[in-house]
Amino acid sequence: MNLFIDAFAWIFDPANWVAGAQSPLPIQDRLAEHLLYTFVAVLIAALIALPLGFYIGHTGKGRQFVISFTGGMRALPTLGVLFFLTMVLGYSMVSTTANFLGTMIALVLLAIPSILAGAYSGLESVDRQTIDSARASGMTELQILVKVEIPLSLPLIVGGLRSGVLQVIATVVIASYVGLGGLGRIIASGIGLNDYNRILGGAILITALALLVDGVFAVIQRLTATPGVGGPADTGRSAVRRQAQRQPATVGTPNQERE
Amino acid sequence: MIEFRGVTKQYPDGTLAIEHVDIVIQPRTITVLVGSSGSGKTTLLRMINRMVDPTSGQVLVDGTDVATVDPVRLRRSIGYVMQNGGLLPHRRIVDNVATVPLLRGVAKSAARARSLELLDTVGLDRGLADKYPRQLSGGQQQRVGVARALAADPNILLMDEPFGAVDPIVRLELQTELRRLQSALDKTVVFVTHDIDEAFALADQMVILRTGGIVAQIGTPAEVLAHPADDFVASFIGADRGQRRLRLQPRDPASGRIVVVDSAGRPAGLIEDDHASIGDGASPDVKAS
Amino acid sequence: MNWLISNFDLVVGLTVNHIRLSVVPIIVGFVVAVPLARIAVTGRTARAVIITSTSLLYTIPSLPLFVILPAIIGTKVLSDINLIVALSIYAVAIMVRAAADAFTSVPVDVKQASLAMGYSRWQQFWRVEFPLAGPVLLAGMRVVSVSTIALVSVGVLIGSQNLGYLFTNGKQRNILEEVATGIVASLLIALVFDLILVLLGRLLLPWNRKNGSRSAQADSVRLPITVGDVG
Repeated sequence: MNLFIDAFAWIFDPANWVAGAQSPLPIQDRLAEHLLYTFVAVLIAALIALPLGFYIGHTGKGRQFVISFTGGMRALPTLGVLFFLTMVLGYSMVSTTANFLGTMIALVLLAIPSILAGAYSGLESVDRQTIDSARASGMTELQILVKVEIPLSLPLIVGGLRSGVLQVIATVVIASYVGLGGLGRIIASGIGLNDYNRILGGAILITALALLVDGVFAVIQRLTATPGVGGPADTGRSAVRRQAQRQPATVGTPNQERE
Repeated sequence: MIEFRGVTKQYPDGTLAIEHVDIVIQPRTITVLVGSSGSGKTTLLRMINRMVDPTSGQVLVDGTDVATVDPVRLRRSIGYVMQNGGLLPHRRIVDNVATVPLLRGVAKSAARARSLELLDTVGLDRGLADKYPRQLSGGQQQRVGVARALAADPNILLMDEPFGAVDPIVRLELQTELRRLQSALDKTVVFVTHDIDEAFALADQMVILRTGGIVAQIGTPAEVLAHPADDFVASFIGADRGQRRLRLQPRDPASGRIVVVDSAGRPAGLIEDDHASIGDGASPDVKAS
Repeated sequence: MNWLISNFDLVVGLTVNHIRLSVVPIIVGFVVAVPLARIAVTGRTARAVIITSTSLLYTIPSLPLFVILPAIIGTKVLSDINLIVALSIYAVAIMVRAAADAFTSVPVDVKQASLAMGYSRWQQFWRVEFPLAGPVLLAGMRVVSVSTIALVSVGVLIGSQNLGYLFTNGKQRNILEEVATGIVASLLIALVFDLILVLLGRLLLPWNRKNGSRSAQADSVRLPITVGDVG
């Protein structure tokens, strides 16, 4: 436990938070970079994946695409993808730009499957009968999407974003380890200096960040669960609805029949 | 008036869901489409508000071919009730009932006020207005479904096995309620069920369908009972097994009342006193209707 | 292909080591997660505790977990043990959730029928629950296998010798073919492992060989948190 005490001492050492300290310090700068990269990458990924997921979830077209895409992306080694993209871009631009751009593309690519799967499976988890009845009431397809499907599947949509964000936070660690800014650089420099306090301190910081972000999303997910859904008087298709409320994200399709 | 003219529905794989159906549905009546699963009764119903389009033939509402009407506009002008109510689980009861008026652009306060009136109409306590569908019983949800269908004051009410998921006692109650509502509000009701007793209980006109979407018989319940068109209809309504053949027992000496029994001798009911004289001594066959 | 031809032995050696590092976590994931999941489905509290705690572990990014472990289990920072333990933790986290879903998917009436026929609890588990949970368990194992193999390469950052070496070395020496080889080799291992699991499933779960059902089950596996490998 001494190791942890020393690591925490390192984290809370004011010297490591002084503005203008030698890279990879101060800590807050790396933290800000980490969050910025994450935010930008997830934003771009969401702009691509959410509309696509809504389209696929609403129409049911391209279901197989989502499944193979998410499955295939899972098999890709992050580190390899990161290096491959930065190297390919490096042939046509200066290396700092290539590193940044390549990393961003990799981050976006890695975040898309979770967000896509969340949006798609969220929409698919909505009771078919509810949608049918909305259509029979005279809602247009857009109204069905905006007023029925999206509100009812928000917890799963947020769940997809949650997975995407955590995925990106973790990948930024590796990206920063290999040159980009971010908290991973603290670990990298610690290994370089053979300073375990710094290594462990950096690791604890990243873990805390991930758990914190995860917690925030867990709360958002709970808040987005519509009050009318999943009450105590559950009947019939309640299992599907209850599943929609469970926090962690879904991969591919939470098959209604099976649950 | 609703009219089916030579309506056929064929799916891309070649199976026929509906085969050349002609039906005329008079205004302000209850027409029940009845048949077992696979008989295409729901498909027929959903052609009226264009949830399904026929492959050939026409569906006319008041003389207008529905194919020429924008489906969204058409649906907003026709009430639709389905099994389990089909309510939006994330909206309060009052907002569920107001769905169609709000879609049509009615002001929120006016729509809410109308919703509350409709809760009275279908016999629900206004105190339920701010609850969510999940907090209501099955029967209550079904009433909300009816209220929602009535909200835009449509002339036509389509009901797709609306009482299929509630227990028998509540179902009887809802059936009675529907008859009351229909005569009070003068709606044209098209009702789908697989339950022949429900069909007899509700119908002014029955359409009996057989597998493959073929009309087996159209007529009033009395006509269908008296003259089943063929063996299929006879078997479907239970006439062939004697289920609908009732006999009067001799008057019970103690109470002076007459018990009606079915062909197996099991009691089916009592004869009202003012008709009792016909039962004296003799036990003529009567048919339930 | 020049680079690959002249470095074929290196690639084979790294591939073998990559497989060695993947197999242990995949097996540990199954062996540890199945009993945990069976306990988790017995009650609300058990479920909350087990699923939540494994989910939280899964939230920790891999590189930090690799370097935190030495402080907890007393290994050296640059030891393969850290990698194997960390990957096992992730595997368990994925598998616990999948296995809990698998046990939940066993129809209640089948379980009750087996008890009514006189199976003991123990027999019921081995002869009814476990086999019937098989398809969903298998789907979970496929996810575990794929993501473990992808994750192993991150281990190169803490000195592990596996296909990840081709990434760092290729980057340093600016040989794109080397990096690409690493990616392809990693994907190939994942593919072969997946095929083995599918074949095992066919062998052990013959009643499940219905058109399309297998793939559908694989789609429904839910990960604790993230979809892809945690970088």
